[in-house]
Amino acid sequence: MTTDRLRQSATTDRLRQSATTDRLRQSATTDLFRRWETLILALLVGVVVWASLGVDGFANGSNVSFLLLDTTEIALMALTMTLVIVAAEIDLSVASTLGLSCAVLGWLWNSGLPIEAIMPICLLVGALCGAFNGLLVTRLGLPSLAVTIGTFALFRGLAYVMLGDQAVADLPPAYTSLATASIGPIPLMTVLVALLAAVAAVVLHATGLGRSIFALGSNEEAAYFSGIRVKRIKFWLFVASGVMASLASLVYTFRYASARADNGVGLELAVVAAVLLGGVSIFGGRGSLPGVLMAVLLLGVVRNALILADVANEVLNFVTGLLLVASVLAPNLGAVWRRRTSPQMEGKSP
Amino acid sequence: MRHTALLAGLVLMTAACGGTTRTDVQQQQSSAPATAASSAAANPNAPLKQGLKIAFLPKQVNNPYFTIADNGGVEAAKEFGGEGKEVGPSEASASSQVSYINTLIQQKQDAIVISANDPNAVVPALKQARAAGIKVVSYDSDTAPEGRDVFVNQASPEDLGRTEVQLLAEQIGHKGKIAILSATPNATNQNTWIEFMKDELKKPEYKDMELVKVAYGNDDDQKSFTETQGLLRSYPDLAGIISPTTVGIAAAARYLSDSPYKGKVKLTGLGTPNQLRKFVKDGTIDGFELWNPADLGYLASYAGAALASGQITGAEGEKFKAGKLGEYTIGAKGEVLLGKPTVFNKDNIDDFDF
Repeated sequence: MTTDRLRQSATTDRLRQSATTDRLRQSATTDLFRRWETLILALLVGVVVWASLGVDGFANGSNVSFLLLDTTEIALMALTMTLVIVAAEIDLSVASTLGLSCAVLGWLWNSGLPIEAIMPICLLVGALCGAFNGLLVTRLGLPSLAVTIGTFALFRGLAYVMLGDQAVADLPPAYTSLATASIGPIPLMTVLVALLAAVAAVVLHATGLGRSIFALGSNEEAAYFSGIRVKRIKFWLFVASGVMASLASLVYTFRYASARADNGVGLELAVVAAVLLGGVSIFGGRGSLPGVLMAVLLLGVVRNALILADVANEVLNFVTGLLLVASVLAPNLGAVWRRRTSPQMEGKSP
Repeated sequence: MRHTALLAGLVLMTAACGGTTRTDVQQQQSSAPATAASSAAANPNAPLKQGLKIAFLPKQVNNPYFTIADNGGVEAAKEFGGEGKEVGPSEASASSQVSYINTLIQQKQDAIVISANDPNAVVPALKQARAAGIKVVSYDSDTAPEGRDVFVNQASPEDLGRTEVQLLAEQIGHKGKIAILSATPNATNQNTWIEFMKDELKKPEYKDMELVKVAYGNDDDQKSFTETQGLLRSYPDLAGIISPTTVGIAAAARYLSDSPYKGKVKLTGLGTPNQLRKFVKDGTIDGFELWNPADLGYLASYAGAALASGQITGAEGEKFKAGKLGEYTIGAKGEVLLGKPTVFNKDNIDDFDF
C-alpha cells in the first residue's frame, strides 16, 4: 500500500473497494449458487427415490405425514433465520426463545388463564425476545453472534426459572389434536408453514424490503449510504425471528402435548444448518427461500430414512454434519477455483 | 404504544369472553368415561410367538445403564426366538424419542419397550403405535398410563426403603446409632423411602438401633461431603449411615475412606457399581444396593412378548413367565415389579459395569 493511497478518504476507499469485490464475488458465484440449489433439489429427489425403493416403511402416507410434521418447527424458524442471515446477522437464541415461550405457556396455563389468551401472550414474549436482541445489535452495535449467544443462555435460563423441571401436560385436546391433524397425508401445520413460506419468499424475493435485505447483507455501508434504513430493518428482522420462534413453540407444545422449559433444546443448530445447506451465505447477501425449504426437507428425509433403515444415531449425526460441511465448503471452494483460473482477479480478492 | 394497548385489550377481551382454561380441561377429563385398557381377553396358555420383533427405546443410547438393561432385553428375546434391538436418540430430550416411535411403527415392530424422557410428550405417538397393534411396555421410567400396556418397575419404594435398613442392620449387628444422608428435604422418592425406613425401624429386631438424624446433602457432592463430616462430628459413636441417593453415598464414601472412621462406620444406600467399586474394594463399604438393570430389560422383554402373544393384556392379576426370573403377576395400573433390589458387594461387584 502506498502513502498516497493511505491519504485518500478512508471511508470512500473502503466503500469503493468492498463494493467492487462484492460485485466480483457475486458475478463469480451467482452461477455456482444457482447450481447449488439445483444440486440440493437433485440430492433431495435422489434421497427420496433411494428411500422409497430401499427403505421399508418410508413411502407411505403416515410416514410422509409424520416426516413433514416433524420438520414444522425447524421450517418455521428457518424462514426468518434465512432473512436474518441474508442480512449478515444471525440469531442463535431462537430455540431458547421457543423454550421461554413454552415455559410462559405452561406457567400461565397452570395459573388458570384460558389458552386463547395465552397464545397471543406467547407471541408477544417472542416479539420481546427478538426486540431485545434487535436493540442490542442495532443500538449498541454489538455483533449478533455475541448477543444471541448471550440471550441463548438468558432466555433458556429464564424458562427454567419460570417452570423448573415441571412438565405441563394437561393441555386442551382440541388444540393438541389440531397440531397433529392432517388433510390426507399433508399435516395442517405443513399448510401453515407453506403459507408463511410463501409470504417470506415474496418479501425476500419480490419486494423493495427484500432487495434492501440483500443489499445490507452484502455491504452494510453501501446500503446505508444509498438510503436503506439498515438499523430499522435489522431490528424488525430480529423481532420477526422471535415471533416465529414463539409460533414454533405453540406448534411444538401442542404437538407433543407437553410444555417444558427444555423444549427444543439444540434446535437452533438444526435451523442454522438447514439455512446454510439451503445455499444461504453465512457472510450474508445471498441465498433463497426455496433453497432453504428444500434443505429443511432434505435434512428431514435423510434423518427419517436413516432411522428407518436402523442406522445408528451417531452415524446419522455424522451424515448431517457432512452435508453441512459440504454446504459451507462447496461455494467457497468454487470461489477459490474461479479465482485461481481467472488471472485478472489476482490481488483483488477480499 | 398504541399497538401494545390494542394487544393488551384483545388479550383481556379473550380472557373475559371465556375460553379454554385448565379447569375446563380437568372437568372434561373427569367427566369423560374411562376407556378400558384393552377389550381383548388374555389367554394365559398361549405359547410365546416365534420371531417377535421387540425394540428397546431408552432415554438415551450410549448410556451404560441403558446399554446393560437393553442387552438384557435382547438376550431375553434370543431365548424366546425373537429379535431384539436398541434404537434411540443420543440426547435425552423430551421429544427426541417421538421420531423413533414413529419409525418403529413403520417398521411394524411387535412390541416397543420404552423408558420415557417425558411421560406425556411420547403418549400421542405411543397411542398411534398401539392403534397399529404394537404392544407398548414402559420400563425404568413410566409414561402416562394411556401410552402403554404394562409398566415394568424396577423396585417398589417399600422394598427399597425396608431393605436398606435390613442391609445396614446386618452390617452393624443390629446395634447402634444410625443416620440418613438424603437428597433434598422435599425429594419425593427419597422421602417415601425414608418413611418406609422409619416404619421398618419400629420392628422389635431393631430395638437397639436409633435413628439420630436425617441430613440433607441436596444431591450436591460438596454439600453431601460436609454433611457427612458434620454427622460424624456430632455423633462420634455413629454406627452407620444410609444414603438413598447416588450422589450422597459417593460423597459419604469419599469422606469415610480418608477418615479414621473407615470400615468402622458402615455405609450403605443406593449407588451404582462403577461409582462405588473402589470403596467396596478398599473396605469403606461392605454392601449397597440398586436394582439389576440387565434383569429389568430382561423382564420388560418377556412382558412385551407375553403381550404380543396374547398371554396377557395388561390387566391386574394376569400372570406370565419371564424365563430365568420366574413368574410375575401384573399389579394395579398395569405395573409389574422386578422384585427386591440387588445387593452389590465384594463378591459380585465386578460382574457389573454401569
